[in-house]
Amino acid sequence: MSLCGYAAGAAGGLLFMRREKWAAAFSFGAAALSGLSGLLAALLFLGSGAAAPSWQGELLPTLIPYIKFSVRLDGLGAFFLMVASLLGCAVSIYSLDYAKGFFGRKNVGVFGAFFNALLLVTTLTFVANTIWLFLIAWELMALTGYCLISFEHEQPETRQAGVLFFIMSHIDTGFIILGFLLLFQVSGDFSFDSLHGLGAKMSAGKRDAAFALFLLGFGIKAGIVPLHIWLPAAHPVAPSNVSALMSGVLIKTGIYGLTLVCFEFLGPPPLWWGVTVLVAGTVSAVLGVLYALMEHDLKRLLAYHSIENIGIILMGLGASLVFLHEGHPVLAALSLIAGMYHTINHAAFKGLLFLGAGAVVRSTHTRNMEEMGGLAKRMPDTAFYFLIGAVAISALPPLNGFVSEWITYQALLQGFGTSESLWRLVFPLGGAMLALTGALAAVCFVKAFGITFLAQPRSEAARNAGEAAPSMRIGMAVLTAACLLLGFFPTAFVRLLDPLTQQLTGRQISGQLSVANGLVLASLTEKAGTVSTPVLVLMGLCLLPIPFVLWLALARKTKTRRGPTWDCGQRGLTPQMEYTATGFSKPVRMIFKALFRPRRDTQRDYDFSPYFATNVRFESHIEEVFVQRLYRPLRILIVRVSRRIRALQAGSIHAYLLYIFITLLLLLIFAL
Amino acid sequence: MSLDLPLILAQTALLLLLALLLSGLIRKWKALLQNRRGPPVWQPFLDLHKFFRKDMVISEHASWVFPLAPYLVFLTSLSAGLLVPMVAAQAPLGLFGGALALVGLLALGRFFLALGGLDPASAFGGMGSSREMTLSAIAEPAMMLAIFTLAISAGSTNLSQIVLASQEPGWKFLDPSHALAFIAMFIVLLAETGRIPVDNPATHLELTMIHEAMLLEYSGRYLALIEWGASIKQLVLMTLLANIFFPVGLAVKTTTATFGLGLLYLAGKLIVLAGIVVVVEMTNAKLRLFRVPDLLSVAFMLAMLALVSTFLFR
Repeated sequence: MSLCGYAAGAAGGLLFMRREKWAAAFSFGAAALSGLSGLLAALLFLGSGAAAPSWQGELLPTLIPYIKFSVRLDGLGAFFLMVASLLGCAVSIYSLDYAKGFFGRKNVGVFGAFFNALLLVTTLTFVANTIWLFLIAWELMALTGYCLISFEHEQPETRQAGVLFFIMSHIDTGFIILGFLLLFQVSGDFSFDSLHGLGAKMSAGKRDAAFALFLLGFGIKAGIVPLHIWLPAAHPVAPSNVSALMSGVLIKTGIYGLTLVCFEFLGPPPLWWGVTVLVAGTVSAVLGVLYALMEHDLKRLLAYHSIENIGIILMGLGASLVFLHEGHPVLAALSLIAGMYHTINHAAFKGLLFLGAGAVVRSTHTRNMEEMGGLAKRMPDTAFYFLIGAVAISALPPLNGFVSEWITYQALLQGFGTSESLWRLVFPLGGAMLALTGALAAVCFVKAFGITFLAQPRSEAARNAGEAAPSMRIGMAVLTAACLLLGFFPTAFVRLLDPLTQQLTGRQISGQLSVANGLVLASLTEKAGTVSTPVLVLMGLCLLPIPFVLWLALARKTKTRRGPTWDCGQRGLTPQMEYTATGFSKPVRMIFKALFRPRRDTQRDYDFSPYFATNVRFESHIEEVFVQRLYRPLRILIVRVSRRIRALQAGSIHAYLLYIFITLLLLLIFAL
Repeated sequence: MSLDLPLILAQTALLLLLALLLSGLIRKWKALLQNRRGPPVWQPFLDLHKFFRKDMVISEHASWVFPLAPYLVFLTSLSAGLLVPMVAAQAPLGLFGGALALVGLLALGRFFLALGGLDPASAFGGMGSSREMTLSAIAEPAMMLAIFTLAISAGSTNLSQIVLASQEPGWKFLDPSHALAFIAMFIVLLAETGRIPVDNPATHLELTMIHEAMLLEYSGRYLALIEWGASIKQLVLMTLLANIFFPVGLAVKTTTATFGLGLLYLAGKLIVLAGIVVVVEMTNAKLRLFRVPDLLSVAFMLAMLALVSTFLFR
């Protein structure tokens, strides 16, 4: 199988690169090829339809009895493999030139090795078929992730973020191990096969406990509010290609795990699981985008948008769980498609945006948007790719973000009619919040693109910025193409999701989603709602002659000249007069000030009247309410408890001998 | 469904011409109510003609994004118009996108217009973009909720299906939920078309502009396209409001007589709606910027209530 090729390729790149310090080309080239092969493997599997048997095999001969490393490829795994491989491939191409920035100051070989290792273990996570392999891959993912985030460890900020990621990853691993232990208790076997449909055999309390543990564990990895705090810390400080991978793939492992566990192992789900996931998704989506709006660090802004998009994905998943509970497998499949479609879309456009941000940061040497501007002229290609990503993430037609959110809306709306319980109000309310999220995302990306790329450069560095290196542009172009294709050919893509929905909900609905020979995407029936992104584009193109004819008829003789922007009669505009990112989001900050609680300090120095200040200093600061209210008290508590416990570790050997003796005594007492 | 080419062309022409007429009509009535004579109803046509023949000045700071905005604003409004049933119950391209696509297309135009406002490096443009995007971010969910209310009653998000569903027996005209949704949608209409009390289309006072501030640097045919696009958007939203809440007189069968009747009904409904807009504009003062979100939240709450009452009254 090409899957083995992928694993071998990544491992090969890893081994190869330990020695060749300067040949970044090899490691990232290998990663790109492996990504491509993984993509092909996944496409082949998914393309062959639901009939394809899930493929299984032993990865390593059993070295240790009892512990098996078997892998398998099924609809769900293959889909996530596709997401990971697509992004891995594009990011690897991008990294060929991006890594050159580290030449001479960093060990690129080690960087490449960890990069490959991360891709390898993420892939392993998606194909693991035993609890052991899954947990080992999961843990290795945390370790390689930590190493990559802390790659530029000279900055204290980076070290802090790395440690935060490390801690959060281990907390999540802890929860997941506990969850799997609960499952193992019932199944008595470590293979995933034995876990299928385990929910029916478990007592309700145990099942709920397992669900809660998994939700917390996978939720931390996915970045669900309020478990998200590592995300906006770690994404900005990591090298940009790593941020793209983390946002596109790493946090998706959380989604993968949650889907696997909820649908495959613990199902059929009670109502409250679905509602919990749906509500958690809604909250994450809205808060994610609101905090993103307040950022003027370009990469942190994108990191908060990851939280928003994870929320949208979870809305699909949550709705699907609710429908499964209510016995509507077709609707469950529809919502699942919404969530999964958004998963790959998010990987494509967020990967693209992070790569674009990486190119910008590389050229301007800052992440602060207030020091950018005017880059659309200086790096037009990057600007174009970033613009496509921005339109896609804002869920604007005709690109891919619109399509997946459209399906999500449809699923939520159809959910209203499914039951008589008051819970059904959750669906349209979720829809309304999704609308708010989408609209705010558009505000945020007008700001992100407008302040970064348009108007006059706001700093010397931005004035001297140059276009990104060729391989970086190719990497971005690959993802741009993915965004366009996923946007224009939704009916072809949902066909690839058939094996997945068959596996998890027992229905294949791609046929119901496509009418007019696949030109139009329908929401189960033609009557319930249809949309066709390709026709919308065509429509725009067909209407284009109208302005053109008018131009021919009326405006052919007119001239166009360049002139200064209206400056109210002053002597020219300076970049200082431009609108800033902070200013742009001011109205939103005012409207939602109950949530943000901005802290503002203004200092005026003046000689005779406060209206004629000689010097004004203004400081505005926003702290996340969760950090303030939840994590800070928690941290203080932990430190306090640790301080008490420290008394135990007195360092005296007599004391330790006493502990051992007491433990022994206690054990003996228990044994008797 | 086969494509009905004459119908598409007819609706395109209708959108292009009626939009300007409607803008002119509202302007004229406002003038009359203010004891002015006002410009003739066809003044927008003359304005556009003039804009098209003018030379353009483009800011030296502007990049390649700047010229995209006029075309996208114009094309998205026009495409959105083709998704709405105007005269016939079946919108010519209704199969290819429903309410969600309509909202999305309008948002796409706005997205690029806001970028166009930022591009020339003027503080006014940035201010306009920031305000327009923020207000629409609150208006859009209200509109979505209002449309959801109808979509749930009709079991479809496609506008033609909503209209067709209303022809069937058992459809209640303006039952409580629809009435609430209508009011919400009307407030959104005022916001989205930049009317008093949200924005003043006639002002060029720097600090109160919202929509106009983004257009300051556009001139010549770009300005013409944006103005035209904005006026088409106004027509589209008003038609939407008129036809999905009061779906009477739309041609279900395709005969000349029903089309003629449909056109008359449409004109009648638009005139009434324009009258209401004018009266609202005349009797209200423009709200302070940070009071506008309150108004829009009212719209949002009304739409939410509309949805909840769908639940109660069914």
